[in-house]
Amino acid sequence: MRRGRRADAAAAAAIVPRTAIEVHDVAHFYGDRPVLTDVSLTLTERRIGVIGANGSGKSTFARLLNGLVIPAEGSVLVDGLDTRTQGREVRRRVGFVFQDPDAQIVHPTVEEDMAFGPHNQGVAAEETARRVEEMLVRYGLAGHRDHPAHLLSGGQKQLLAIAGVLVMRPQRIVFDEPTTLLDLANTRRVSRVIDALEQDAVVVTHHLDLLDGFDRVLVFEDGRVVADGSPGETVPWYVARMG
Amino acid sequence: MLSLYVPGASPVHRAPAGLKLAVLAVLGVGLFATGRLDLVATALLLVLATGLLWARLPFRALTAQVRPVWIWLAALFGFHLLVTGPLVGAVAVLRLLTLVVAAAVVTATTRVTALVAVIEWLTSPLRVFGVRPARIGLVIAMTLRFIPLVADRAARIREAQAARGADRVRLAMVVPLLVQVLRMATTVGEALDARGAGDVPGRRPRRRAAAENLGTT
Ligand SMILES: Nc1ncnc2c1ncn2[C@@H]1O[C@H](COP(=O)(O)OP(=O)(O)O)[C@@H](O)[C@H]1O
Ligand SMILES: [Mg+2]
Repeated sequence: MRRGRRADAAAAAAIVPRTAIEVHDVAHFYGDRPVLTDVSLTLTERRIGVIGANGSGKSTFARLLNGLVIPAEGSVLVDGLDTRTQGREVRRRVGFVFQDPDAQIVHPTVEEDMAFGPHNQGVAAEETARRVEEMLVRYGLAGHRDHPAHLLSGGQKQLLAIAGVLVMRPQRIVFDEPTTLLDLANTRRVSRVIDALEQDAVVVTHHLDLLDGFDRVLVFEDGRVVADGSPGETVPWYVARMG
Repeated sequence: MLSLYVPGASPVHRAPAGLKLAVLAVLGVGLFATGRLDLVATALLLVLATGLLWARLPFRALTAQVRPVWIWLAALFGFHLLVTGPLVGAVAVLRLLTLVVAAAVVTATTRVTALVAVIEWLTSPLRVFGVRPARIGLVIAMTLRFIPLVADRAARIREAQAARGADRVRLAMVVPLLVQVLRMATTVGEALDARGAGDVPGRRPRRRAAAENLGTT
């Protein structure tokens, strides 16, 4: 299947610089077991979906894109920066949202947790406060700023996790099953949040409706990309194949 | 001292965290330096007034801290009744009670980040030994964050096992909990990396090889 690269308007890209990720001949193993085989891609589209069965290598692939996983073979370049040697610079450009927000929230209260990333980046305190304020308002968390994070609802936790990445101003955000642990209403909410982002996004998901309007969808099977095209081409093919 | 911060704008809230910790330390030393019941009782009243009137904290915020140590205070009093006498016992109990309430006032009026910043400052001389104060602060914040979470997960496992009729075998709970915690720890490590925790500003660049391979182990 060929790549269905729908030429998309550059409207949103005017604000946030675009990021191109090149994956060159990547293979990865856990022990002797191959989890990714022969993956070569160039990711430039604004919205890229990743689907496939459990254990097909989606999370490992997602973690390659910001250098959380360094490939055993091959290389990954983000705007020409090699994740193997320039991990820190890569992670500034590519943010990551995990499936379980509980694992991503590391400070006891909402506001403190949001400020964590910018603090690590050395962003000045006033600028951090301004960005945090903007996110608190945008995601309806302003009334919860001093609340213990563990008392938030699942949906609010995921919004906090996303906000905690956005305040770091990445150019592309990788989401690893951001809605798997959420109910329907919160899944829709997070889906709208992703749609509205001005940043580029790569979204690993089992919720196929999330992929409506995406520019490109990759289908993984046993660590290989077995289909690559527009959602219109790939999603029905994947559904039929899954039986 | 978990998520005890009670938001507010009182003068006690706005006082610098370092000052509050210093007062707490001085109070601690002072309480143990005296054996006079009237002085200790006055200190307790002052601490209560500070918490309830000046900081306008709910009574609950203070009692929540006393509840877990109640039994120890009672035991301490009993011990003194047998060994020394009621007066010494009352002083010993009030002394500890005052400290616990004072600590509760400080934690209820101070954000964790502010407390952590003081601890980072206090531990900064250790930098010559290669200790990274920012790391100490992060560890404290993370401990406060994850204790209720792990407690939640433990409660869920207990429920799941009770639902299947296993109410006797308590040890069987530990294994799934440990598995969950270790699995989460891996992701937390990745999240720290993704959020730039290794990039603490203004420090010499570190070799990142170890962190780089976090996800591949
Ligand atoms: N840290 C790890 N150590 C060993 N095996 C792993 C590790 N992470 C994933 N795997 C294995 O690699 C395969 C691919 O995993 P993953 O990338 O998480 O797939 P997916 O996200 O599509 O479910 C699975 O079989 C999984 O069990
Ligand atoms: Mg996965």
